[in-house]
Amino acid sequence: MSLLAIDKLSIRYGDSLAVADIGFSIEKGESVGLVGESGSGKSQTALAVLGLLPTTATVAGSIRFDGQELIGADNKTLDQLRATRMAIVFQDPMQALNPFVTIGAQLQRILLQHNIGAAKESRERVVEMLARVGLPDASRQYGAFPHELSGGMRQRAMIASALLAGPDLLIADEPTTALDVTVQAQILDLLEDLREDTSLLLITHDLGVVAGRCERMLVVENGRLVEQGMTRSIFACPQHEHTTALIKAALRLTDSGVPAATPGQDVLAISGAEVRYRSKDGQVIPAVRGVNLSVSAGETVAVVGESGSGKSSLVRAALGLVPMHAGRVVFCGDELAADLGDRNKATRRGMQLVFQDPTGSLNPQMRVAAIVGEPLLVHEAVLSAEERLQRVAAMLDKVGLNTRFLDRYPHELSGGQAQRVAIARALILEPRVLVCDEAVAALDGTVREQILRLLREAQEESGLAIIFITHDLAVVRAVSHRVLVMYLGRLVEMASNETLFGQPRHPYTRALLDAVPVPDPENAGGRTTVTGEVPSALLPPNGCAFHPRCPHAEAVCRAERPEATEFNTTLVSCHRATELA
Amino acid sequence: MNRGMKVSGGILLGIIAVALIGPLLSPHDYLQINFDNLLQSPTIRDFHIFGTDDLGRDLFVRSMLGVQITILVAIVASVVSLLIGVTYGAIAGYLGGRVDAVMMRFVDTLYALPFIFFVILLMVAFERNFLLIFVAIGAINWLDMARIVRGQTLSLREREFVEAARLTGVSTARIVFRHIAPNLFGVVIVYVTLTIPQAILVESFLSFLGLGIQEPQTSLGALVDKGVNQMEGASWMLLIPAALLAVILLCFNFFGDAMRDAFDARGEK
Repeated sequence: MSLLAIDKLSIRYGDSLAVADIGFSIEKGESVGLVGESGSGKSQTALAVLGLLPTTATVAGSIRFDGQELIGADNKTLDQLRATRMAIVFQDPMQALNPFVTIGAQLQRILLQHNIGAAKESRERVVEMLARVGLPDASRQYGAFPHELSGGMRQRAMIASALLAGPDLLIADEPTTALDVTVQAQILDLLEDLREDTSLLLITHDLGVVAGRCERMLVVENGRLVEQGMTRSIFACPQHEHTTALIKAALRLTDSGVPAATPGQDVLAISGAEVRYRSKDGQVIPAVRGVNLSVSAGETVAVVGESGSGKSSLVRAALGLVPMHAGRVVFCGDELAADLGDRNKATRRGMQLVFQDPTGSLNPQMRVAAIVGEPLLVHEAVLSAEERLQRVAAMLDKVGLNTRFLDRYPHELSGGQAQRVAIARALILEPRVLVCDEAVAALDGTVREQILRLLREAQEESGLAIIFITHDLAVVRAVSHRVLVMYLGRLVEMASNETLFGQPRHPYTRALLDAVPVPDPENAGGRTTVTGEVPSALLPPNGCAFHPRCPHAEAVCRAERPEATEFNTTLVSCHRATELA
Repeated sequence: MNRGMKVSGGILLGIIAVALIGPLLSPHDYLQINFDNLLQSPTIRDFHIFGTDDLGRDLFVRSMLGVQITILVAIVASVVSLLIGVTYGAIAGYLGGRVDAVMMRFVDTLYALPFIFFVILLMVAFERNFLLIFVAIGAINWLDMARIVRGQTLSLREREFVEAARLTGVSTARIVFRHIAPNLFGVVIVYVTLTIPQAILVESFLSFLGLGIQEPQTSLGALVDKGVNQMEGASWMLLIPAALLAVILLCFNFFGDAMRDAFDARGEK
């Protein structure tokens, strides 16, 4: 008998069908990946298994857990099952943990509530579990509140709470989506190591995560299960067209497909940039420390780093959105004022920005026509309303939206359409430099591919210089000519796309590359080669900022900060770069 | 439009319509004193459907006049607080920094003044008149509005669409009016419908204390005040205006709540 058997499961909200007729089963000890794009119904399925759907949902079909029917089961039965026999790890541990209760007390409550083990020993069991999930100094962390832990540590604590009662089924709903890539690999390894004979249902949009970790996989599209089977055979020979499309859209590190840029004149050059913030209690947080970056016409430069690397701060300072403490910004040969208000119109016109959250960057009270037309109102005030509308329509056409979209409001657009509108707004002024701040991070694979293609076409057409800020190395591989890797506000390595991916010189770059999950079951990647997480920018380590996590660190790395040195065409800040090459 | 909004809105419109049209259809007017018909209980004879008061004036016409004035005071006071509050709050919020600090400390200072003293002082210093009530109520309500609008503006200012506009070079005035103000609308409109009952209550309270509307004009609060004096012999003089006041207050509160829910739902989409 299967541990979990789902048959003809349908979930309906009023008139809209979230999940239609899904059926699959999970055997004891098995790990199964559930893959789909956003809105495909994968999380709804998980919530249905746990009986956590909102009351507005109408559920039909059958979910059997170890032979017991869960649909229509009373709360008491579900409560008992949920804590002890099935558990879930959510995407965002900050939302899932109670901010007013210490980690230890939250975990202990699970044991006490269900009378698992002797009450006296519950504290020891919790400490032991926290130590197993890799919380350093577990007995001290027992008394920590969720906000005192880093994102990765919080997710470890979540996993500890899920596994505490030794469940038979563990559901992990996008457990690493909110985490940095090096931490993602650690968390996935942890799930793998600790689950022993617990069955795992891993829900994700990232095919790379499934490829390396799950024996079997399920693919859902629009609430329907379109394909299921062994992970290897699905990747080798997908049957359904949606699976094919997903696999095709998944970015790989191997293929670049970026034609070499013809080196042109530098359009934008930032030198010696220093950005500092002041925290609430008056401490100075150095976000960017002495970084140089330039981009020439027709070139795409990617700025990569984990959270806290200063990649966004660097570029925002260049745009004048945050104050730059020191350094120069030269745009088309002119040095720019640090403050946005002091810059002239031509400069403002020449540099545009596309944000990560496509709907958040569009005013919800304005129609698409007004949003895209607004820059024209500022910079080409001579245009009549009709001419402006024509320009807007032509621009929308370029980004693949027809005139029907002119009258829509942002909330009537999908994520991909909204991002097209944001790009149209940025490109309508024909800027020289376009900054994309994680512009595809919130989009599904197939949509991401379209947006990247759109940007590439815009670049070929007008010689646009693009600065692409991202944490996703697969995106870097696919779009950039040159790459700047940052860590804790400093340059780590700068090289061309081919060189960086072919011969990474800095141990941090290598760790990043190793940690990227690759959508190929034969060679899945996603390995952990560094431990720990990015330290706080408030107290950066002495010497080389990366030394506490670096497998090759020596005495000199702890004592002295490495200067950026040039090797062939690579710029790298590492004492041991020559030896390690 | 949800059900709560339809029902409470419908009742309110009904009451306002009757208050406007009713006195025209009645053979009596609010000034007409009749010593032959004092404290008449509600009856269909002579169309004294709500009875008469201690001066023999028709209570239906006076109650309807009371509804008119009460709602007028409330709406005007709310509009006054809306205009001052939104402008003040949006400027403080968008400019931020030192300007914001000074402006908001001024608001805090006004908050610290005891309201009733303030009103009594105004009444003593100036002639009692209609306008003064608007000023007094508006002067208190705009403080809340300014705080709410400022808070909203502070968070809107950090939104990405405002950043995008700044980057393009859109002027500050256009950012405030085109990008920030329309996004405040939801919160503000909801807050206004919730300040209306508050203003009604304050006006009734002032009138009840004898500081508000003066005879022969009247408001629901003033009518309740008179009714309390005649409570033993002529309970209708208290019950009818009190019931009207209660229904109007409840409807405005329900309407405001329903409005907030409606706007919240749209915000989530």
